[in-house]
Amino acid sequence: MPDELGLVGQAAPALPEISFPANQHQTCVTLAGNNDAVRAGLKRLMMLEPLAGLSDDARGTFEIVLAEALNNVVEHAYPNAPGPILVGVDHLPPVLRVSVYDLGLPMPDGQLPKGELKPLVEGEELPEGGFGWFLIRTLTLDLEYERDGGFNKLRFAVQAE
Amino acid sequence: MHLYSESRGDFLLIRAAGDRIDAAGAIQFKDRMRELTQTSDARVILDMSKVAFLDSSGLGAVVAAMKALGPGRKLELADLTGTVEKVFRLTRMDSVFTIHKSVPEGLRNAG
Repeated sequence: MPDELGLVGQAAPALPEISFPANQHQTCVTLAGNNDAVRAGLKRLMMLEPLAGLSDDARGTFEIVLAEALNNVVEHAYPNAPGPILVGVDHLPPVLRVSVYDLGLPMPDGQLPKGELKPLVEGEELPEGGFGWFLIRTLTLDLEYERDGGFNKLRFAVQAE
Repeated sequence: MHLYSESRGDFLLIRAAGDRIDAAGAIQFKDRMRELTQTSDARVILDMSKVAFLDSSGLGAVVAAMKALGPGRKLELADLTGTVEKVFRLTRMDSVFTIHKSVPEGLRNAG
Protein backbone atom coordinates (compact mmCIF):
# COMPACT_ATOMS: atom_id res chain seq x y z
CA MET A 1 0.00 0.00 0.00
CA PRO A 2 1.58 3.32 -0.99
CA ASP A 3 2.06 5.75 1.87
CA GLU A 4 2.37 9.51 1.71
CA LEU A 5 5.94 9.20 0.47
CA GLY A 6 4.98 7.14 -2.54
CA LEU A 7 6.84 4.09 -1.29
CA VAL A 8 5.60 1.14 -3.27
CA GLY A 9 6.96 -2.08 -4.61
CA GLN A 10 7.95 -0.56 -7.92
CA ALA A 11 8.68 2.85 -9.42
CA ALA A 12 6.30 5.36 -7.87
CA PRO A 13 3.29 6.30 -10.00
CA ALA A 14 3.81 9.93 -8.99
CA LEU A 15 6.92 9.95 -11.20
CA PRO A 16 5.66 8.55 -14.49
CA GLU A 17 8.23 10.35 -16.64
CA ILE A 18 11.06 8.38 -15.10
CA SER A 19 11.58 4.78 -15.98
CA PHE A 20 13.85 3.32 -13.38
CA PRO A 21 15.18 -0.15 -14.06
CA ALA A 22 12.97 -1.39 -11.24
CA ASN A 23 12.00 -4.83 -12.41
CA GLN A 24 15.57 -6.04 -12.43
CA HIS A 25 15.58 -6.30 -8.63
CA GLN A 26 13.98 -8.63 -6.09
CA THR A 27 13.02 -5.71 -3.86
CA CYS A 28 12.67 -2.10 -4.90
CA VAL A 29 11.60 1.08 -3.20
CA THR A 30 11.42 4.56 -4.63
CA LEU A 31 11.65 7.51 -2.35
CA ALA A 32 11.91 11.27 -2.48
CA GLY A 33 15.38 12.73 -2.05
CA ASN A 34 14.95 14.45 1.30
CA ASN A 35 16.00 13.46 4.81
CA ASP A 36 12.54 12.59 6.11
CA ALA A 37 11.76 10.40 3.11
CA VAL A 38 15.12 8.67 3.48
CA ARG A 39 14.34 7.88 7.11
CA ALA A 40 10.89 6.51 6.22
CA GLY A 41 12.21 4.61 3.20
CA LEU A 42 14.94 2.91 5.22
CA LYS A 43 12.49 1.93 7.94
CA ARG A 44 10.19 0.42 5.35
CA LEU A 45 12.94 -1.43 3.52
CA MET A 46 14.18 -2.95 6.78
CA MET A 47 10.74 -4.52 7.29
CA LEU A 48 10.66 -6.12 3.83
CA GLU A 49 12.34 -9.30 2.68
CA PRO A 50 15.18 -9.99 2.31
CA LEU A 51 16.18 -7.57 5.10
CA ALA A 52 13.53 -8.70 7.56
CA GLY A 53 14.97 -12.20 7.66
CA LEU A 54 18.67 -11.42 8.09
CA SER A 55 20.78 -11.35 11.26
CA ASP A 56 20.90 -8.16 13.32
CA ASP A 57 24.54 -7.75 12.35
CA ALA A 58 23.86 -7.99 8.60
CA ARG A 59 20.83 -5.71 8.92
CA GLY A 60 22.90 -3.14 10.79
CA THR A 61 25.66 -3.14 8.20
CA PHE A 62 23.17 -2.77 5.36
CA GLU A 63 21.31 0.05 7.09
CA ILE A 64 24.48 2.00 7.88
CA VAL A 65 25.76 1.77 4.31
CA LEU A 66 22.46 2.50 2.61
CA ALA A 67 21.73 5.44 4.92
CA GLU A 68 25.09 6.98 4.03
CA ALA A 69 24.54 6.41 0.31
CA LEU A 70 21.07 7.98 0.48
CA ASN A 71 22.21 10.91 2.64
CA ASN A 72 24.87 11.58 0.04
CA VAL A 73 22.27 11.71 -2.74
CA VAL A 74 20.10 14.11 -0.74
CA GLU A 75 22.99 16.39 0.09
CA HIS A 76 25.03 16.36 -3.10
CA ALA A 77 22.95 15.04 -6.02
CA TYR A 78 19.77 16.94 -5.08
CA PRO A 79 21.10 20.00 -3.20
CA ASN A 80 18.36 22.37 -4.39
CA ALA A 81 15.24 20.36 -5.09
CA PRO A 82 14.59 16.78 -4.06
CA GLY A 83 14.22 14.27 -6.85
CA PRO A 84 13.49 10.57 -6.88
CA ILE A 85 15.80 7.84 -5.64
CA LEU A 86 15.36 4.17 -6.41
CA VAL A 87 16.89 1.45 -4.29
CA GLY A 88 17.09 -2.11 -5.56
CA VAL A 89 18.14 -5.02 -3.35
CA ASP A 90 18.98 -8.58 -4.36
CA HIS A 91 19.86 -11.31 -1.90
CA LEU A 92 22.55 -13.43 -3.49
CA PRO A 93 24.04 -15.32 -0.53
CA PRO A 94 26.45 -14.68 1.04
CA VAL A 95 25.85 -11.04 0.05
CA LEU A 96 23.17 -8.47 -0.60
CA ARG A 97 23.67 -6.63 -3.86
CA VAL A 98 22.35 -3.09 -3.68
CA SER A 99 21.74 -0.49 -6.41
CA VAL A 100 20.99 3.16 -5.73
CA TYR A 101 19.84 5.25 -8.69
CA ASP A 102 19.13 8.96 -8.85
CA LEU A 103 18.73 11.66 -11.47
CA GLY A 104 20.65 14.38 -9.67
CA LEU A 105 24.00 16.05 -10.15
CA PRO A 106 26.89 13.75 -11.04
CA MET A 107 29.73 12.99 -8.64
CA PRO A 108 32.49 15.61 -8.96
CA ASP A 109 35.02 14.35 -11.55
CA GLY A 110 32.88 11.25 -11.97
CA GLN A 111 34.62 9.70 -8.96
CA LEU A 112 33.49 8.48 -5.57
CA PRO A 113 35.09 10.28 -2.61
CA LYS A 114 38.09 8.54 -1.06
CA GLY A 115 36.43 8.46 2.34
CA GLU A 116 39.52 8.80 4.49
CA LEU A 117 38.93 9.49 8.17
CA LYS A 118 40.23 12.80 9.46
CA PRO A 119 42.61 12.53 12.41
CA LEU A 120 40.75 12.19 15.70
CA VAL A 121 42.31 15.20 17.41
CA GLU A 122 40.53 15.72 20.70
CA GLY A 123 39.01 19.08 21.58
CA GLU A 124 37.64 21.68 19.19
CA GLU A 125 39.28 20.02 16.19
CA LEU A 126 37.50 16.70 16.64
CA PRO A 127 35.82 16.05 13.27
CA GLU A 128 32.03 16.25 13.05
CA GLY A 129 31.86 14.87 9.52
CA GLY A 130 33.67 12.97 6.85
CA PHE A 131 32.50 9.62 8.20
CA GLY A 132 30.00 8.72 5.47
CA TRP A 133 32.20 7.50 2.65
CA PHE A 134 34.61 5.98 5.13
CA LEU A 135 31.77 3.82 6.46
CA ILE A 136 30.58 2.95 2.95
CA ARG A 137 34.06 1.95 1.80
CA THR A 138 34.76 0.01 5.00
CA LEU A 139 31.56 -2.02 4.91
CA THR A 140 31.08 -2.73 1.19
CA LEU A 141 32.45 -5.04 -1.44
CA ASP A 142 32.45 -4.30 -5.19
CA LEU A 143 31.65 -0.61 -4.80
CA GLU A 144 31.10 1.01 -8.21
CA TYR A 145 29.76 4.27 -9.54
CA GLU A 146 28.62 5.03 -13.05
CA ARG A 147 27.02 8.07 -14.65
CA ASP A 148 24.71 6.73 -17.32
CA GLY A 149 22.14 8.65 -19.35
CA GLY A 150 21.36 11.18 -16.63
CA PHE A 151 21.38 8.60 -13.85
CA ASN A 152 23.83 8.23 -11.05
CA LYS A 153 24.18 4.51 -10.50
CA LEU A 154 25.84 3.36 -7.33
CA ARG A 155 26.23 -0.37 -6.78
CA PHE A 156 27.71 -2.30 -3.94
CA ALA A 157 27.47 -5.51 -1.98
CA VAL A 158 27.37 -6.04 1.78
CA GLN A 159 27.79 -9.24 3.76
CA ALA A 160 24.44 -10.85 4.45
CA GLU A 161 25.60 -13.66 6.73
CA MET B 1 14.28 13.04 18.99
CA HIS B 2 13.00 13.57 22.52
CA LEU B 3 15.66 13.94 25.18
CA TYR B 4 14.84 13.91 28.87
CA SER B 5 17.30 15.03 31.52
CA GLU B 6 17.39 14.17 35.21
CA SER B 7 19.81 15.50 37.77
CA ARG B 8 21.45 12.68 39.75
CA GLY B 9 23.91 14.11 42.27
CA ASP B 10 27.09 14.86 40.32
CA PHE B 11 25.58 13.62 37.10
CA LEU B 12 23.17 14.89 34.53
CA LEU B 13 21.53 11.80 33.06
CA ILE B 14 20.01 12.40 29.62
CA ARG B 15 17.80 9.75 28.11
CA ALA B 16 17.44 9.64 24.33
CA ALA B 17 13.86 8.52 23.76
CA GLY B 18 13.82 8.41 19.95
CA ASP B 19 15.00 5.36 18.06
CA ARG B 20 17.19 7.20 15.53
CA ILE B 21 19.81 9.93 15.48
CA ASP B 22 20.06 10.49 11.74
CA ALA B 23 20.29 13.20 9.10
CA ALA B 24 16.61 14.06 9.58
CA GLY B 25 17.05 14.70 13.31
CA ALA B 26 20.71 15.61 13.83
CA ILE B 27 20.26 19.37 14.16
CA GLN B 28 17.36 18.99 16.57
CA PHE B 29 19.38 16.54 18.66
CA LYS B 30 22.35 18.93 18.80
CA ASP B 31 20.19 21.92 19.77
CA ARG B 32 18.29 20.01 22.44
CA MET B 33 21.51 18.62 23.94
CA ARG B 34 22.90 22.14 24.14
CA GLU B 35 19.74 23.36 25.90
CA LEU B 36 19.87 20.57 28.46
CA THR B 37 23.56 20.79 29.27
CA GLN B 38 24.37 24.50 29.26
CA THR B 39 22.94 25.32 32.67
CA SER B 40 25.05 22.84 34.61
CA ASP B 41 28.65 21.73 35.04
CA ALA B 42 27.68 18.20 36.01
CA ARG B 43 29.10 15.15 34.27
CA VAL B 44 26.79 14.26 31.42
CA ILE B 45 25.77 10.68 30.69
CA LEU B 46 23.65 10.03 27.62
CA ASP B 47 21.56 6.87 27.84
CA MET B 48 21.52 5.49 24.28
CA SER B 49 19.64 2.26 25.00
CA LYS B 50 16.60 3.30 22.92
CA VAL B 51 18.64 4.46 19.92
CA ALA B 52 18.65 1.61 17.41
CA PHE B 53 20.27 3.56 14.59
CA LEU B 54 22.79 6.34 14.18
CA ASP B 55 24.27 7.54 10.88
CA SER B 56 27.27 9.78 10.19
CA SER B 57 25.15 12.92 10.65
CA GLY B 58 24.00 11.58 13.99
CA LEU B 59 27.59 10.80 14.95
CA GLY B 60 28.56 14.36 13.98
CA ALA B 61 25.75 15.67 16.19
CA VAL B 62 26.98 13.63 19.17
CA VAL B 63 30.50 15.00 18.60
CA ALA B 64 29.10 18.54 18.37
CA ALA B 65 27.15 17.99 21.58
CA MET B 66 30.35 17.00 23.39
CA LYS B 67 32.22 20.03 22.03
CA ALA B 68 29.39 22.28 23.24
CA LEU B 69 30.08 21.08 26.78
CA GLY B 70 33.33 23.02 26.63
CA PRO B 71 36.96 22.03 27.02
CA GLY B 72 37.77 19.28 29.47
CA ARG B 73 34.19 18.11 29.81
CA LYS B 74 33.50 14.78 28.17
CA LEU B 75 30.21 13.40 27.02
CA GLU B 76 29.77 9.93 28.45
CA LEU B 77 27.61 7.44 26.60
CA ALA B 78 25.85 4.43 28.03
CA ASP B 79 24.24 1.27 26.68
CA LEU B 80 24.94 1.48 22.95
CA THR B 81 22.86 -0.86 20.79
CA GLY B 82 24.60 -3.06 18.20
CA THR B 83 24.44 -0.82 15.15
CA VAL B 84 25.30 2.34 17.08
CA GLU B 85 28.27 0.59 18.69
CA LYS B 86 29.44 -0.50 15.24
CA VAL B 87 29.47 3.10 13.95
CA PHE B 88 31.48 4.28 16.96
CA ARG B 89 33.93 1.39 16.64
CA LEU B 90 34.51 1.67 12.89
CA THR B 91 35.10 5.43 13.05
CA ARG B 92 37.28 4.92 16.16
CA MET B 93 35.11 7.40 18.03
CA ASP B 94 34.89 4.75 20.74
CA SER B 95 38.40 5.91 21.69
CA VAL B 96 37.26 9.51 22.15
CA PHE B 97 34.07 9.05 24.16
CA THR B 98 33.77 7.42 27.54
CA ILE B 99 31.41 4.54 26.85
CA HIS B 100 29.66 2.67 29.66
CA LYS B 101 28.16 -0.76 29.04
CA SER B 102 25.06 0.41 30.89
CA VAL B 103 23.89 3.43 32.82
CA PRO B 104 25.98 3.30 36.01
CA GLU B 105 24.35 1.58 38.98
CA GLY B 106 22.69 4.08 41.27
CA LEU B 107 21.70 6.40 38.43
CA ARG B 108 19.50 3.93 36.71
CA ASN B 109 16.25 3.62 38.57
CA ALA B 110 16.06 6.66 40.77
CA GLY B 111 13.19 9.04 40.06
